[in-house]
Amino acid sequence: MAIRNLLSINKKKNKGVIVDRNKENSFPADLMTKCPECKKIYLTKELESNLKVCPKCDHHYKMTAWERVEIFLDEGTFESFDENLRTSNPLKFPSYLDKIEVDSQKTGLNEAVLTGMGSLKGEQVVVAIMDSHFRMGSMGSVVGEKITRAIEKATEYELPFIIFTASGGARMQEGVISLMQMAKTSVALKRHSDHSLLFISIMTHPTTGGVSASFASLGDINIAEPQSLIGFAGRRVIEQTVREKLPDDFQTAEFLLAHGQLDAIFHRKDMRDKIASIVKIHRKGGIVHV
Amino acid sequence: MSKTLGFEEPVVKLREKIDELKEIANNADVDMSDEIETLESRLQQLESKIYSNMEPWDRVQVARHPSRPTTLDYVQELFTDFIELHGDRYYGDDEAIVGGIAFFEGQPITIIGHQRGKTTKENIRRNFGMPHPEGYRKALRLMKQAEKFNRPIICFIDTKGAYPGKAAEERGQSEAIAKNLFEMAGLKVPVISVVIGEGGSGGALALGVANKLYMLENSTYSVISPEGAASILWKDASLAKQAAEAMKITAGDLKLMDIIDDIIPEVAGGAHRDVLAQSKSLKKFLGLALDELSTLSERELIENRYDKFRKIGEYIELED
Repeated sequence: MAIRNLLSINKKKNKGVIVDRNKENSFPADLMTKCPECKKIYLTKELESNLKVCPKCDHHYKMTAWERVEIFLDEGTFESFDENLRTSNPLKFPSYLDKIEVDSQKTGLNEAVLTGMGSLKGEQVVVAIMDSHFRMGSMGSVVGEKITRAIEKATEYELPFIIFTASGGARMQEGVISLMQMAKTSVALKRHSDHSLLFISIMTHPTTGGVSASFASLGDINIAEPQSLIGFAGRRVIEQTVREKLPDDFQTAEFLLAHGQLDAIFHRKDMRDKIASIVKIHRKGGIVHV
Repeated sequence: MSKTLGFEEPVVKLREKIDELKEIANNADVDMSDEIETLESRLQQLESKIYSNMEPWDRVQVARHPSRPTTLDYVQELFTDFIELHGDRYYGDDEAIVGGIAFFEGQPITIIGHQRGKTTKENIRRNFGMPHPEGYRKALRLMKQAEKFNRPIICFIDTKGAYPGKAAEERGQSEAIAKNLFEMAGLKVPVISVVIGEGGSGGALALGVANKLYMLENSTYSVISPEGAASILWKDASLAKQAAEAMKITAGDLKLMDIIDDIIPEVAGGAHRDVLAQSKSLKKFLGLALDELSTLSERELIENRYDKFRKIGEYIELED
């Protein structure tokens, strides 16, 4: 649909909205969206009905944790864990808790990860979904604790554990305690794995630093969404260290796949079906001996 | 010592003055022994005052001191019959991590540690102690080998961090670190890790999922370097000194947070002043830790490691 048609629809429906043609990005924020990749403009509704994937170029927009629950799990089956945990300020960083409060209001989450149990095409699974709208999805004590508790519940109930990662890494404001959450979640995953249970890691944009260097990389099966940024060190840091320009696709999901670091990249529209298939293939007692 | 650290300057200046005075006394053939004695006792006071009141930033300087003992220095003093074992068997041999087998007081043992250089040439060879994925994979290979032969593992942590390079990313830096955290959790033999210099983030932690975790008194352990923290927090890397305080990275801080088991005291002014004496106190801690861990079964060792990391975290739990 051409832009001028959209604008004329816009005018018919709501005469109060005037689009200033001089400013490129001044479309009414919630009515229309401009793709940061292909720069095409379309109705936000169109984007949302397309799982927040650009209908023109397949750019995968970031999603909130609750949006993922909605598109990934069977309707009405999700039960959230540990909503009563709250961030404290162990290093006494000024205004840290204020920032947490703002993001908590904004996202409706107690911290940067939503955990819980639900069913995926009839299969019971424990999930953790990180939300990069909350402090860039960074991992402090509460994120580490929620993920660890979710893994422990999966171990206890002998269920698969599925995580959607979206994180800038360890949270600086909790210092070395944040770093140790990498070890905490990893020891919990080892125990889950020792019970022959399935762990699927789905890396979404962005998955970097300490999160990339712990649970995100530890799946029995590691999946990513197209074009997600995934890596250990930041691009700028690497460029400064090695003093060379990095290729455009550096640290993208496609780059990782080509370098043998991923099992597969799944388009968002296929994610639910394909992950459900993986879970079914690993279902305990699935083998019938004749 | 070749390098004077800022906070030590008064000590060094006073020592120079005493030496000067001694020379004058010798040459001029006058008795200045009273003056010299007074100054020497003042030097002692000054030393103990300065070295017992070190700020976090002072400790960062000591931890980074070019002459600070490295893994191989301690290996030489603490173990016998050390044989270095190389390579990850997949790609290469990363000299930023060394590993091998030896005896510790007659007991077979596996040793793994980050390896810095002391000179520019050495540092280039060792990549400044910043490992690539193959370094971590070599470490894991040697840990699994230790497990097979039921040998305890001692790790020395001393790195600014895992190397942030193009090749490192291509070969899976994240996966290599993550896999070590995961596999160390399940090792059936005692694991002891000691931070001997800088403990920089995930690259340090990848040798740190241990039953006993110690830090040398002037070592640091942090999620990000003070310079990195300062540039993110205040957009100014020169505020590293303030960041070193705010980030709580000293052995004392980590002991207070109950993350490490103990602080291993250093000789006055830092381990580089007396490697032999430092090795002796290190040896004592390692011996005690090995004795204690040798009483645990394979299962208990794994549970002990689980509980140790499981409990780390500070948060508020509201009643439902």
